[in-house]
Amino acid sequence: MEHQPEPDRADGPRVSDEGPGLPLMPPLAPIARRRLLARGASLIALASMSLLHRRARASEPQPDPMRVPGSPARTYGERSAFESARRAVGESSSLTPLQDLHGIVTPSALHFERHHNGVPTIDPSQHRLLIHGLVARPLFFTVDELMRFPSVSRLAFVECAGNSRDQWGNPQDGTVQELHGLTSSSEWTGVKLATLLDAAGAQPDAAWLLAEGGDAAGLTRSIPLTADVLSEAMVCYGQNGEALRPEQGYPLRLLLPGFEGNINVKWLRRLKLGRAPFMTRWETAKYTDLMPDGTAYQFSLVMEAKSIITSPSGRQQLRPGIHEIRGLAWSGRGRVVKVDVTTDGGRTWRTAELQEPVLSKCHTRFRLPWVWDGQEAVLQSRCVDETGYRQPSREALIKVRGTHSSYHYNGIQSWKIDQDGRVRNIDL
Amino acid sequence: MTRMGACETSICRAALAAFTMALLTGCLVQSPPSDAPVKAAALGRPASADDVRLWNIDVAPDGDGLPPGRGTVGEGAVLYAAKCAKCHGASGTEGPRDRLVGGRDTLATATPMKTVGSYWPYATTLYDYIHRAMPFDAPQSLTPDEVYAVTAWLLHQNGIIPENAVMDAGTLPAIQMPNRHGFVPDPRPDVPRP
Repeated sequence: MEHQPEPDRADGPRVSDEGPGLPLMPPLAPIARRRLLARGASLIALASMSLLHRRARASEPQPDPMRVPGSPARTYGERSAFESARRAVGESSSLTPLQDLHGIVTPSALHFERHHNGVPTIDPSQHRLLIHGLVARPLFFTVDELMRFPSVSRLAFVECAGNSRDQWGNPQDGTVQELHGLTSSSEWTGVKLATLLDAAGAQPDAAWLLAEGGDAAGLTRSIPLTADVLSEAMVCYGQNGEALRPEQGYPLRLLLPGFEGNINVKWLRRLKLGRAPFMTRWETAKYTDLMPDGTAYQFSLVMEAKSIITSPSGRQQLRPGIHEIRGLAWSGRGRVVKVDVTTDGGRTWRTAELQEPVLSKCHTRFRLPWVWDGQEAVLQSRCVDETGYRQPSREALIKVRGTHSSYHYNGIQSWKIDQDGRVRNIDL
Repeated sequence: MTRMGACETSICRAALAAFTMALLTGCLVQSPPSDAPVKAAALGRPASADDVRLWNIDVAPDGDGLPPGRGTVGEGAVLYAAKCAKCHGASGTEGPRDRLVGGRDTLATATPMKTVGSYWPYATTLYDYIHRAMPFDAPQSLTPDEVYAVTAWLLHQNGIIPENAVMDAGTLPAIQMPNRHGFVPDPRPDVPRP
């Protein structure tokens, strides 16, 4: 019997332990060459299949995964090529695909964005945070120095004040992402704002804090230094276990759990303590709620309790049979304690199960089993938070605030399911 | 079948002994200083008054932060046409971006129009915002004189100051904006319980 290399197994070239997936070829006796050449085509096919596997395209037929080696280890992971959930991108924002998410954490790559003149590129080694104003010691901090303070982590939602704003008008058809996708939840890590204020020696008469971003908008907001803010606010450098994403403020952002997204200033470069609000453009011309009498709410910072059914939801196509109604609920005032769901437009309500963990000022997953009988149905959810606040109907909300307040919409969402299974946004 | 007790192996006994020793030592030795909370002042670099001056770019309603300089309505008209009109319209009413002019007495109507003239409560905010963020494609490129001038033109277009007015650190904070008292503190929760 002629000398042959150890026969390749049917699963093709092996992968070196050392390197990133180069085919490992054993030394060949000359006589083996012809046989090998005859097999060359299939070897090449297998090798390129292995390469293809690494960049698998969902549109192409895949080899039997038990008969080809898988892809090698990677320095930074990517999701499966078969997954396609993506943000819906507008000019200066992108929306989270709520209909595609599981659980309560929003993947960092799918966290919604809103910026007012693009996402800046900031070298963290060049970045500084200045704390000044009514302090004993104005201080500059490097990002590295901030990381040396005691670190804290928590999960929290961030919701843009303008989320769901189209609902102030006559409800338009759209997906839950298009209608309500400016909300996301992450685990945030950083240093407590109070720790930094102590370090700088905040003076007792400091009642407001100006936070300034280092982006091309130089976005600035005034923050009241209430007990809640002092106990919960953080200067964050981490998101879901790694550094903040650039669109979330890399290398530093403010986190004010429960407050409207805009005030969670990203690319944070300056904190200035003062006695009064600074009346920036973003807290006067914008992010104020115009009422029917022409006055406007100002510093309406808390995002009030809200719930949205994410499945079934807008523009989905439903089949009769077993479903689990799923959704998200959250409150800027604390924990969600109850979510009720109706499938008959509000005639009867059932209490949904809240998936643990149920965390303060964080998305909470709710779910309820349901069998769709193929008849017209209207699905709604309504939540109650730990303060006893109940999510209002759209009608009740508009009765008080009219239709021009633009921000802070938290009315009950109605999804109509037609007999053909199509789900659409309606005003009940 | 023999049932293992809680700590019958030699490894387990050694671990228990080590744990006991650690407890004893811990009781006898005081916490080392490295366990103390991070001394606040130990981190961060002091910022001098000069440092702060470079960074401290905001302008407050009382005029704090306004730099020396001045600008007229006429100068502002030229600048606005060159640097602002392409986004905000020739007269400030056309857009396509934010409408800056007009809209007075519309806030309580079915078609409210929120502009500098109809909605903004403080004239100083105009200086602050234009200086830090405008023009959109070249933020912080205007000189203080230019920012004062564009501010003057916008206030004049809105009928708030006369054509011969000059804007500077003294005159700008003194302006009473039409909607100065149009804002109320957050009254929420404001929707009656269902």
